[in-house]
Amino acid sequence: MPNYYQPEIETASREQILAWQNERLVKQVKHVWDNVPYYRAKMEEKGVTPEDIKSIADLHKLPFLTKADLRDAYPYGLLGMPLSECVRIQSTSGTTGRRVVAFYTQHDVDLWEDCCARAIVAAGGTKEDVVQVAYGYGLFTGGPGLNGGSHKVGCLTLPMSSGNTERQLQFMTDLETTILCCTPSYAAYLGESIAEAGLRDKIKLKAGIFGAEAWSEEMRRDIQNSLGIKAYDIYGLTETSGPGVAYECSEQTGMHINEDHFLAEIIDPETGEVLPEGSKGELVFTSLTKEAFPLLRYRTRDICVLTRKPCSCGRTHVKMSKPMGRSDDMLIIKGVNVFPSQIETVLLEQGYPANYQIIVDRVNHSDTLEVMVEMSPEKFSDSLADIHDEEKKLVAALKTMLGIYAKVRIVSPKSITRSEGKAVRIIDKRKI
Amino acid sequence: MIHQISIFLENRAGQLAQVTRVLADHSVDMRAISIAETSDYGVLRVIVDDADKATNVLLENGFILSKTPVTVVEVPDQAGGLSPVLEALAEGNMDIEYMYSLFTHRDGKAYMVFRTADEEKFKALVTAHGVALAGNEELGIK
Repeated sequence: MPNYYQPEIETASREQILAWQNERLVKQVKHVWDNVPYYRAKMEEKGVTPEDIKSIADLHKLPFLTKADLRDAYPYGLLGMPLSECVRIQSTSGTTGRRVVAFYTQHDVDLWEDCCARAIVAAGGTKEDVVQVAYGYGLFTGGPGLNGGSHKVGCLTLPMSSGNTERQLQFMTDLETTILCCTPSYAAYLGESIAEAGLRDKIKLKAGIFGAEAWSEEMRRDIQNSLGIKAYDIYGLTETSGPGVAYECSEQTGMHINEDHFLAEIIDPETGEVLPEGSKGELVFTSLTKEAFPLLRYRTRDICVLTRKPCSCGRTHVKMSKPMGRSDDMLIIKGVNVFPSQIETVLLEQGYPANYQIIVDRVNHSDTLEVMVEMSPEKFSDSLADIHDEEKKLVAALKTMLGIYAKVRIVSPKSITRSEGKAVRIIDKRKI
Repeated sequence: MIHQISIFLENRAGQLAQVTRVLADHSVDMRAISIAETSDYGVLRVIVDDADKATNVLLENGFILSKTPVTVVEVPDQAGGLSPVLEALAEGNMDIEYMYSLFTHRDGKAYMVFRTADEEKFKALVTAHGVALAGNEELGIK
């Protein structure tokens, strides 16, 4: 049974969607040109003016934006509105200590929450539902995004934030939660905890909306079985607002991109060339309706495929596959973006050799991060307590930089493989 | 002055054998051995007959180590032999960072390595309690 939050948009004809996109792109480019000198300079450098962008067919003429641009322009360089018009920031960790900060006007927050509301309704949500938001709240977009979407739908919203499993289960049973929103790994963990506590009969869940990290079809099956629900994927990134850029419908065969707000392209990550529809490549987003943080041709680094095959749910918006990988070395660990360069920065600051290895694994559905570093003459002491103190300092510095716990393992000098070419820095053992 | 060599080792199979192999290859004889460890790594502490030579060959083989002066006391090799040293430390309210025994026994005497925060104070304290300190010569150390 199809459920829509904004049926006239979600099931709009292709012509209608294109009309919106053409009109909004022209407006958005003008907005950026007038208000974002950083991007205007990039356009000028490429010899492009707003007059050159008459429809989405001209999109390829615009320069790309990357995470490096966001870093360079930190904090206000890409701001499209006066700060007095902004009401919110959200943030994500960035390389070398600089974070990505995204700004929102009230209008931006409204549209973002609409996108999340579409995802909740697509998962079967109505105002009769009880939505438990177990994503992190705060700077992370997961909690605030789904929270806002749930309000829009009129659901009873439980702003639980992540962690404190015992309390999650208590509210889930006592308040009869019907829709759970969290990372897929936490959903899997909750499933196990429910089984252990013998609470399966007391759970009223019917659906879950899980995102912020990669998960396989196998993991979906496990979660669906352990929680007795349908599990829906959701996609987004802080740079483009947060979750709700794309979401799954009842067909569960890819995520509909909210094309009235986000224009998607697939490019060859090496050449930047736009690839024909159906090709596998890097996903690039252009915001169409953003006021405070309008990004044109932002390279997500996520590799995926787009499809316009008609969907049984009746939605007409293009579908993206689950991301199949990255075109950079970013890792997503426990839903947090981690760059090896961040770890390298901490090691150098703390006086450790730059030869290191990062081991990522998934144990009991939860990601683990281990950083292997070599002992150096400078760090060695004949007192075990001194070595242990140094190790604790490193763990604390990594936590500060990454926002998540990393186990540190100190190994013998020269024991980490040195390769001739590109060093093998990352060993990702996760089977996703 | 007796020197102890402290060597960093990962806590896994074969690590210790690498050290003893290097020492054996260069005919370095050990007088004492002790290990302090965590689940991931440890510090191997040895007293050898030729600390300079051992240091050089271990460094050449890529080990990370430090050379520390330690105090060796001579105790009677009999029941209660160690007590006077420990009583002296208790009386002087002195902490022991670590201690271990040497393999060497001679003329009814045994030998213990002590490491404290203040070596001079330690020496003064134990000698005041009639405990003898051992030198390189009686331990056959260069």
